[in-house]
Amino acid sequence: MVLLGREKNRRVVTAADGLARGQGLRVGMAAARATAAVAALEVEEHDPAADAEALERLALWVLERFSPIVAVDGTDGIVVDSTGTDHLHGGEAAMLKSLVGRFAVAGISARAAVADSWGAAHALARHGAEPVFVAPHRHGAAILKPLPVEALRLPPETAEALRDLGFSTIGDLLNTSRAPLALRFGVALTRRLDQAGGRRSEPIEPLRPAESITAGRNFAEPIGAAETIARYVGKLVVMLCEELQEKGLGVRRLDLLCRRVDDRVEAVRVSTARPVRDVGRLTRLLCDRIETIAPGFGIERMTLVATLAEPLAPAQKLAALTDEILPDVSSLIDVIANRVGEERLYRLAPVESDVPERSMRRIPPLAPETGETWRPDWPRPSRLLRRPEPIETLALLPDHPPASFTWRGVRRRVRAADGPERIFGEWWKRDEELAAVRDYFQVEAEDGERFWIFRSGDGEAAETGSQRWFLHGLFG
Amino acid sequence: MSSAAAPMTAIESLRARIERIAGGRRRAKSALAFGVEALDERLPDGGLARGVLHEIAGGGRNGGDGPAAALFAAGIAARTKGKVLWCLSRPDLFAPALAQAGLSPDRVIYVEARDEKTVLACMEEGLAHGGPAVVVGEAARLSMTASRRLNLAAEKTGSIAICLRRWSRPNDAAEFGRPTAAATRWRISALPAAPLPVPGIGRARWRVELIRSRGGETVDLELEACDASGRLAFPADLSDRSAAPPVERANRRASA
Repeated sequence: MVLLGREKNRRVVTAADGLARGQGLRVGMAAARATAAVAALEVEEHDPAADAEALERLALWVLERFSPIVAVDGTDGIVVDSTGTDHLHGGEAAMLKSLVGRFAVAGISARAAVADSWGAAHALARHGAEPVFVAPHRHGAAILKPLPVEALRLPPETAEALRDLGFSTIGDLLNTSRAPLALRFGVALTRRLDQAGGRRSEPIEPLRPAESITAGRNFAEPIGAAETIARYVGKLVVMLCEELQEKGLGVRRLDLLCRRVDDRVEAVRVSTARPVRDVGRLTRLLCDRIETIAPGFGIERMTLVATLAEPLAPAQKLAALTDEILPDVSSLIDVIANRVGEERLYRLAPVESDVPERSMRRIPPLAPETGETWRPDWPRPSRLLRRPEPIETLALLPDHPPASFTWRGVRRRVRAADGPERIFGEWWKRDEELAAVRDYFQVEAEDGERFWIFRSGDGEAAETGSQRWFLHGLFG
Repeated sequence: MSSAAAPMTAIESLRARIERIAGGRRRAKSALAFGVEALDERLPDGGLARGVLHEIAGGGRNGGDGPAAALFAAGIAARTKGKVLWCLSRPDLFAPALAQAGLSPDRVIYVEARDEKTVLACMEEGLAHGGPAVVVGEAARLSMTASRRLNLAAEKTGSIAICLRRWSRPNDAAEFGRPTAAATRWRISALPAAPLPVPGIGRARWRVELIRSRGGETVDLELEACDASGRLAFPADLSDRSAAPPVERANRRASA
């Protein structure tokens, strides 16, 4: 399938999917040639306005989930300022992976890169070798050297002229003196070079959902002290909450954007597990993060945006006369989640699986109580090693636990043991586990310490496992 | 101790005055009794005091991982009501074992912090909030200042603060010897269980040592490990292996 559009007076291919590219079709090809080359070609009209709209919708989706500063980048990209928010997603690499993964689920193939500047990230995402790339901090311009000159966001004619002159990579440009370049191509080229190298700042004008609730304030005299910021945060939260109250909403994501005098935007995002419009709680969450704002020469405008708001109806607090009321921990959850990241705060719920490593799943801390628990019949160790560790054993009979074993260089004699508890591989989940067996024993060493050991395999048939022994957990 | 109804004697009123001067820490709200008389009797509040910090470490060769200490803490948490905040930096705790000590998975909220500093900060946050009945944190280092802060946060709300001390290198075990502001310091180590008449393993046994107790005496006891409701028990006679001796509830001094 290809999209056809109009470029000056020609009808050309403006986009081609993987199948079409496999047939030799390229972007920029004349329409007539493309339709002639492939017989059963599916052709759609290119609609730039709809594309732009879809891209903006996608950017808004990113805004709601990932970072307060998001903007559309060109016709095919989204730029995200992740400063101060990546830790909530487990670091930069994890954030990119999750972002690209979610796009993939939605049927969008995407390439992504994290770098120190907008220009560098733009270039690396489009022209880098890896589809997901995290550049080291303070990489400078050197990392861009192997990339083609088109990566610099130049007008097509400039890029073409550069190629004509023999400049094919950014490295070629960096090795040339700047003055002749500026003279020949104007300052646009050197500006793009500086922006990509991070020597010149480039503010991102953040995208805003049309009907989002905001509260803002301009300062005649730029502010910078943490106490002053905190005071105005308090005032803005009151304004915001009044509006939320009017509309019957509570916030799930709240962004504080501070525009500095040098046109940079410092952003703070807090998220809550449930819709909130409590002035005290929201102020507290924002003030916890004031230290991450670098005021520079001063902040001249502060805006508070309820990026994600959900209906919040008043709820009855005293449920019954007789029941003991257990304290509400949702405000605590929000404070800790904004400090360590949402996915690091969880409850564990049982999963129907005999394999110990798979017997639990993480659920959000405020998920409704499941009332489920694990089966109580076999004792389980209180510490489970991340990976079973191989042990040296002195075993007597296939159905018996070893008489002694050596773990981490210490030899222990087995005084008593319970088992075996046979666990079969889950062949309906993984093919290679069709015949796999683990025989678990609980053994007590001479000094009373108890261990959870298993033999991989049933002690006889080779296809059930390697018949080696492992230590998997420590009992209390 | 049974003269609760009698008018306050001179010595009792003096004691009360001293406590008021000392900052009221020992006026502590209430305590959570263990249900083991030999233990509750020796604790100044008749149980594990609420609103203060307690330190628990493991003993023996597995001391650094403290599987018994973790279960001891889970047993304490199981006997309270409300949520439990468990802050850790090494996620090797196995939740099914906590459930087997009576701590339902619905009650435990885990915080997987990046480092120990964050563990302590999250503990303090949880204690100051007061929502969780018990806040458990796993840390190798606990400075005097950090422990004081936890104590103060716990005092305001009456939550039980438990610091599980663990270490990965034997040298780090020396950290546990440093003084802290914790009200009690426990060491739980495994002991061989009583032999069974048939092959197999009996109920686990612990050596429960109360190494330090502010305003109280030390204890060194051999007890049977937590049962399915988180209760410890005094080992029954070897000849009569039925169960733990019945706890005489009427005699318990504590108000749980």
